[in-house]
Amino acid sequence: MRQKTPSTVAIGFAAALLAAGPALAQQKVKIGFITTLSGPQGVVGEYMRNSVELALDHLGRKMAGLDVEVIYGDDQVKPDVGKQVADEMLKKHQVDFVAGIIWSNVMLAVAPTVTDAGKFMIGTNAGPHELAGKMCNELFFTTSWQNDDTPEAMGKVMQDQGITDVYVMAPNYAAGKDMVNGFKRSYKGRIVDEVYTRLGQTDYQAELSQLRSKNPKAVFVFYPGGMGISFLRQYSEAGLRGQFPLYSVYTVDEISIPAVKHAALGQYETRYWSPDLKNPANQKYVADYRKKYGKMPVFYGAQSYDGILLIDSAVRAVKGKLSDKKGMVAAMKKADFASTRGKFSYNTNHFPIQNFYLLKTVTGPAGQDPVMEIQKTVFTNHKDSYAKECPMK
Amino acid sequence: MNLFLVLEQALNGLQLGVMLFLMAAGLTLVFGIMNLVNLAHGSFYMVGAYLATYFYQATGSYLLGVLLGLAGTLVVGIAVELVALRTLYEREHLDQVLATFGLILFFNELAAMIWGRAAIYTTLPDYLSGHVELFAGLRYPLYRLVIIAVGLAVAGLLWFVVARTRLGMLIRAGASNRAMVAALGVNVRRLYTLVFGFGAALAGLAGLMSGPIHVVQPGMGELILIEVFVVIVIGGIGSIRGALAGALIVGMADTLGRAFVRPMLATVLSTTAADTAGPALASMLIYLLMAIVLALKPQGLFPARS
Repeated sequence: MRQKTPSTVAIGFAAALLAAGPALAQQKVKIGFITTLSGPQGVVGEYMRNSVELALDHLGRKMAGLDVEVIYGDDQVKPDVGKQVADEMLKKHQVDFVAGIIWSNVMLAVAPTVTDAGKFMIGTNAGPHELAGKMCNELFFTTSWQNDDTPEAMGKVMQDQGITDVYVMAPNYAAGKDMVNGFKRSYKGRIVDEVYTRLGQTDYQAELSQLRSKNPKAVFVFYPGGMGISFLRQYSEAGLRGQFPLYSVYTVDEISIPAVKHAALGQYETRYWSPDLKNPANQKYVADYRKKYGKMPVFYGAQSYDGILLIDSAVRAVKGKLSDKKGMVAAMKKADFASTRGKFSYNTNHFPIQNFYLLKTVTGPAGQDPVMEIQKTVFTNHKDSYAKECPMK
Repeated sequence: MNLFLVLEQALNGLQLGVMLFLMAAGLTLVFGIMNLVNLAHGSFYMVGAYLATYFYQATGSYLLGVLLGLAGTLVVGIAVELVALRTLYEREHLDQVLATFGLILFFNELAAMIWGRAAIYTTLPDYLSGHVELFAGLRYPLYRLVIIAVGLAVAGLLWFVVARTRLGMLIRAGASNRAMVAALGVNVRRLYTLVFGFGAALAGLAGLMSGPIHVVQPGMGELILIEVFVVIVIGGIGSIRGALAGALIVGMADTLGRAFVRPMLATVLSTTAADTAGPALASMLIYLLMAIVLALKPQGLFPARS
C-alpha cells in the first residue's frame, strides 16, 4: 500500500468538508406552523401557538441537537390564504415540516401542496375524511383525530340513553358535514332537522327561533372556536337552555368556558383528551401551560404540543438527518413519544387509534371558571371508518 | 308555519333593520349633503365597539362605557373630518373612494396594534342579559328588544331634528344649495363637521350595540358596510326616510330569507336540492332585491330630492 501524500490527505479533508457542507447549512429544523391568528377564530390559534412554544421549551428548543425554528402563519380560515402561506413556507423559508391547521377546508387545500413538495404535513387538528381515506399520504400524519370520530362517540352516548328527535346544527363546510355523518353513524334515532349555517357566522338568532318552533327533544351541535362562544351565549340568552338539552362536540371547551361561564355548566362533550386525563405527560403539560400562560390549556393545544413531540421523535430517530424521509416516516408510525393522551398507536392511514371519553362541565374550584371532567370511556382504541379506503398498508 | 315563529323572525328582522338604519343614516346624510362617498364609515362602527368595550371594562359600568364610547366616536369622527375628509369635498368620487379606503386600512391596523387581532368577546351586565317571555312559549332575548327600542327612538329623534329644528333646516338647505346657504352667512364648513361627527357617532352606536351579539374585532365594520350600501341604494341616497325604509326591508328580507327560503323550497324541490339552494338563495336575496329596485326605480324608493 502506497503511503498517502500530503496532497491526497488535503483533498480527502476537503471532500469531507464538502460532504459535511449540507449538514452544516442544515443546522436547523424548520417547522412552518399554520393556524388562525386573526378574527373571531384567532383565539384558537393562540392556544396552539402557546402549546408549540411550550413543547419547544420542554425540548430545550433543540431536536437531536439541532436548533429548531418555527415560522407561524395565519390562514384567516381561508383555504386560498392557507395555501399561499404554505407555499411561502416551502419556497421562501425552505421548511422541513408544515404543521397545525384548524379547519378541514384549509387542510384539504394545504396538505396536498405540502406532501407534493415532498415535505411532511403534520396535522394538529383538522381531520377531513378525504385525508383519512382515498387521499391518505405517506408524508401526512395527524396528532388529532378523524372528524367523524368524536361525533360518533357522542352519537353512541345519545343512542345508549335512548334520546330521540334530535335537531342537528353545524357550520356549512367540510368538517361540518363530516361531524354530522359521524353522528349519524352511531345515532339511529329520528333527526328532526339538519341545519347548516355559514362558517364564521356570529349571529344565530334566526336559526334559534327556527329551532324552537320545531320543538325537538334534544339538540346536537358542532360549533368550534369563536362560533361556539357566540352560539352558547345566544342559546342561553334566548332561553333555550332550560327548554332543550344541548349536546355538542368541539363547542364547549376551555376556550369557550371562560367566555360563557355558567352557560356551559352541565354540558356534555365527547373528546379524546381532557385536562384531567391522568398520565405524567399530560399532567406536566397542563401544569406548565397554566404556569406559563395563566390559563387552562385546550385540546387544540394538546394536539399541537403532541405534533411537535412527534416531529422530535422522528428527527431523533434519524439522528438529525432530515433528508432521511423513509426513516422519519417509520419513526412517526411508531408514535414513540410521551403523548398528552397517553400511549396510542397509528393506524395504516396515519390517524391515531385512541380512546374517546364523555366529558361534563362541572363547577370549578371556588371563584374559578367551570372545568371539564371525564365521566366515562365511550370508545376504547377506536379506529376511524375511512382507513380501509386508504391504499397504504 | 306557526304565527309565533313568523312574529319572532319578524322581531329578528326588525332588530337587524334598526342596526342597519343607524349605520345607513350617517352614511346617507354625508353622501346626500356633502356629496362625499365615505367607505370608512364602517371604521366608526368598529371604533365605537372598541371604545365602549374598553371603557366598560375600565370603569365597570356598562352605561358609562356606552356614553364614553359614543363621545369618543364623535370626537374621532370630527377629527377625521377636520384632518382628512375636508380636503376631499371638491374632489371626484374616485379620489374619495381611494382616500377613505386608505382610512379603513389605517383604522383596522390601528385597532389591531392597540387591542390585538384576536376578537374580543364582551359580556352584558346582568340587567340586560337573559330573556323575557313575550307570550306563553315565546321567549325573546331582552338585549335584542333594547336594541330595537334604542334604534326606533334614534330614528324618531333624527326625524325630529331634521324636520323640526333650525339645525335640521340648515342641513336640508345645505344639501339643496350649499353656495346660497353660505351666502346667507351660515358657516357651512362647521355644519358639515357637525353632521359628519354625528353620523360617525350613530355608526359608533350601532357598533357598540352589536359588540355583545357579534364579536369586537379589527375589520368588523366592513362586514356590515356592504349591507349598508345596499340599504341606501334601495332607500335612495341622501334620504333619512329612505334609509329607514331600506334598512327595515333589508333586515326583514335577510332574516326571513335565512329562516324560510329553505323550508319553502323543500315543499317544491327535493330536500337535498333545497339544502343546497336554500342557503345560497337566502344570502343572495338582498342583492336581488337591490337589483330589482335599481331596475324599477333607479333613484331608490324614497329619493331625497324628487
